[in-house]
Formats: sequence, C-alpha cells, structure tokens
Amino acid sequence: MRELDVAEITQAVKEMSIQSNIVLGEDVKRAIRDAAEAEESPLGREILEVILENHDIAEENRMPICQDTGFAVVFLEVGQEVHFTGGDLEEAVNEGVRQGYGEAYLRKSIVDDPAIDRKNTTDNTPAVIHTRIVPGDRVKIQFAPKGGGAENMSEVRMMTAADGIEGIKDFVVDRVKRSGGNPCPPVVVGVGVGGTFELCALLAKKALLRPIGEHNPDPRYADAEKELMRRVNDLGIGPQGFGGRTTALAVNIETFPCHIATMPVAVNMQCHASRHTEKVI
Amino acid sequence: MKTVKLATPLTTEDLTPLEAGDKVLLSGEVHTARDAAHKRLVALLEEGKDLPFDPEGAVIYYVGPAPSRPGQVLNSAGPTTSYRMDVFTPLLLRHGVKATIGKGPRGQEVRDAMVENRAVYLGAVGGAAAGIAAAVKEVEVIAYEDLGTEAIRRLVVEDMPLFVVNDVHGRDLFEMGVAEYRRGG
Repeated sequence: MRELDVAEITQAVKEMSIQSNIVLGEDVKRAIRDAAEAEESPLGREILEVILENHDIAEENRMPICQDTGFAVVFLEVGQEVHFTGGDLEEAVNEGVRQGYGEAYLRKSIVDDPAIDRKNTTDNTPAVIHTRIVPGDRVKIQFAPKGGGAENMSEVRMMTAADGIEGIKDFVVDRVKRSGGNPCPPVVVGVGVGGTFELCALLAKKALLRPIGEHNPDPRYADAEKELMRRVNDLGIGPQGFGGRTTALAVNIETFPCHIATMPVAVNMQCHASRHTEKVI
Repeated sequence: MKTVKLATPLTTEDLTPLEAGDKVLLSGEVHTARDAAHKRLVALLEEGKDLPFDPEGAVIYYVGPAPSRPGQVLNSAGPTTSYRMDVFTPLLLRHGVKATIGKGPRGQEVRDAMVENRAVYLGAVGGAAAGIAAAVKEVEVIAYEDLGTEAIRRLVVEDMPLFVVNDVHGRDLFEMGVAEYRRGG
C-alpha cells in the first residue's frame, strides 16, 4: 500500500485548473497555426490569427484564454495500491478547483440547482469527477475545463446495428452542420460509440482529451476519423461559422463493446480552446 | 468588405451603410447582459417599467467576464452564444436597442426583428477573450450585482473589433460564408 495525502491531489488540481485555462497545449496551437496557413477564406484566416494572438495575450498577462473557464471535468485513474489519507478524495478535488479558480481569477460558472434556483455556487464547485480504479500505486489526474457553448451542441443518439458505421458518420456530420457557428469553430469533435447510453457520452468526452494528430489505433476507425475530417471541413462552416475550410481541428472516435440490440453514439463538441492537462502522482 | 468606425449611441443612419462581412471598430458605451439578466430586463419591460440603462441606440454585449484582478480594468471577456437570448431580443429591439454582440447565428424571429427595427447583430471572436478585454477602458456594475458574472455592466470601449453578421437589410454572414465555402452536397 502506498499512502497518499489528499492534500497532494488538491495542490495538483489547483495548479492544473490554472494552467489549463491560461496556456493551451502545443498540439492545439500547432493545429490552429497550420489551419491558418491553409485557410482559403480571408476572413477565416483573420479570425484564426486573432485566436492565435489571443493565446499569446492570455499567456503573457496570465489571463484565461476564454472567459468561460468551464465546468471542471476531472478524470482520476487511481491505482488500487493507493491508500488516501488526510480526508475525502472528492472533497480534495473540489478544494483544488475552489483554490485554483479563486486565486487565478477564473470565472465561476456553476449554479447550484439546474432548473429552479440557478444560484451561482461562487467557487466553481462541484467538479464533475470520473474515477476509475486501475492496477498500480499511482494516481493519474486529467483536468479538462469544459465551456458551455460547445457542450450545448452535443448529442446522444441510440442508433441501431443496421445504421452501421455509415450511419454513425452521417450523424456526426449532421451534428456539426446543425451546430454551425455556435460551438466556436474550429472545433474538436469527440465521438463515443458503443457501451450504454451513459458510457458512450463518457467515451465522447474522453475522445476530446486525445492529442491532436493521433488517431484511433484501429485502422478502420482511424480511416473513419480521416473521412469525417474531410466531410466536416467540406461543410464550409469555417472559423466562427463565417465560412471557410477549417471547421474542425480533429475528429476523434472512441469505442466500447455494446449489447446485441444497441449501438449508442454520442457526439461531444469542443471549442477551439481545447483545454486539458494531465499529471501523474 | 470595409472597416467602419462607430460610436454609441447608434442611429439608423449609422447602421444603414453596414453590410454583413464588414468590420466594425466600436467606441462608446456597451451594456453586458446574458441569460439571467435578460430574463429580468424583459420582465421589467413587460411590467411597463424602465430598464437600468437607456435602451435608445444602446448596444448589448452577451458576455459574462472573468473576475478582474486588482488593478486590471476587465479580465477576459469574450462573447457567449447568442441564440439563448433570441427569445428576449425582439422586445429589446422594439424598445430601441440598435445592436447586439455575441457569437453564433440568430433565429429567424430575431433576424426579422432586426430588419423591422433597423438593428444589427455584431460578432466578436468567440474564445479571443483576453484580446477583446484590451478594448475595454472602464467597467461599472449598474444592475443585478447578485448575479455575479451575469450582472449588467456598463463598459466603455475603444475600437472594439467586431464583424457585421446581420445587417439592417436582412443579410446573414453565416449563410453567405457557408454558401461560398461548402463543397459537395
């Protein structure tokens, strides 16, 4: 057994909440730079340049890239040899969010009750925490602040085996088309296929954490990702939806086995500020 | 595509020459409001009461800024998605609001109301929030402080960079852009 004080989790989550909101990953920056070079629309190119310039302004002034610093989505992979001490693990994660969002002047965007009171919790808690127990004695934390605008363009559909891979592709393209300029394109499209109603949505979310440029290890799904990139970018939506070649920076598919009667598919949309950080303790 | 400098309060004469796709550098007063504030503003109008700001020629910016650091005028403050305000917008336009600022397309009712009331919808670049804040010179919460980031703020802006999305003639930059760059079916 390895003893681990939850204060270390709090510290890590605090640092990651600040870092993810202020500095974008190199893979995303590179994808936007490449897109700016290839973009045919002059207005689209100009918008991509504004987005790139914004990354520098945010980093230099320690300001959040986007004012929507998101729902704190935290993936924990906890080694089964770890014994937590010093308190409650989930509370430790929330405390990290509270400290990070407070100290770095990040926006608090969470309301306590979804449908009636809608009163701001004022510290951006609670986080959405997904925990898996895995072999080993380490804890892997992934922190992904998720903005509301792109999240609103996401969808789960219970498809059938008869729809097949072609049906899935048509659904993804249609979802991006109907989203238009709303989710702040160029977007990253996370697709979850299989599992159950709730698991396919989680797979779609996880697909957003994949570094841009990497593909599904199964060449058939990798090909589907490449075809979807072409089809989505042929929609002409472009940066901010004002027209152009760059609608998506990546389409990532994650899969899981499913029931003989089902084929659940989820599409989770992510804006161009595709923010996520990872740490292993 | 031209670049036009505009100063608030806006008039029909200011807006008539604008065409979807033009760039605007906006100076003057802008009022922030998003979902929760809109609900209250429209309730006031329906009760026949005055708004916390003069709507005549006014500009509403759909934004919930990040909290400012000590000594900072305004922290990151990019646009939020506009369609969520669509249900409230026609009434505000009928009361004199001349421009709204946000991101993403508007519904048909709002587009019709813009033509009828000679108002425009301006796009700010979503996610370019730190850069947009640099155009803001003064900030003051004028209503609904209890809403935190959703409170109504009076911003004084200088050359705020924007794009004309919907002009007073009924044109729409989203439709024009997609029509130009779409490939195949």
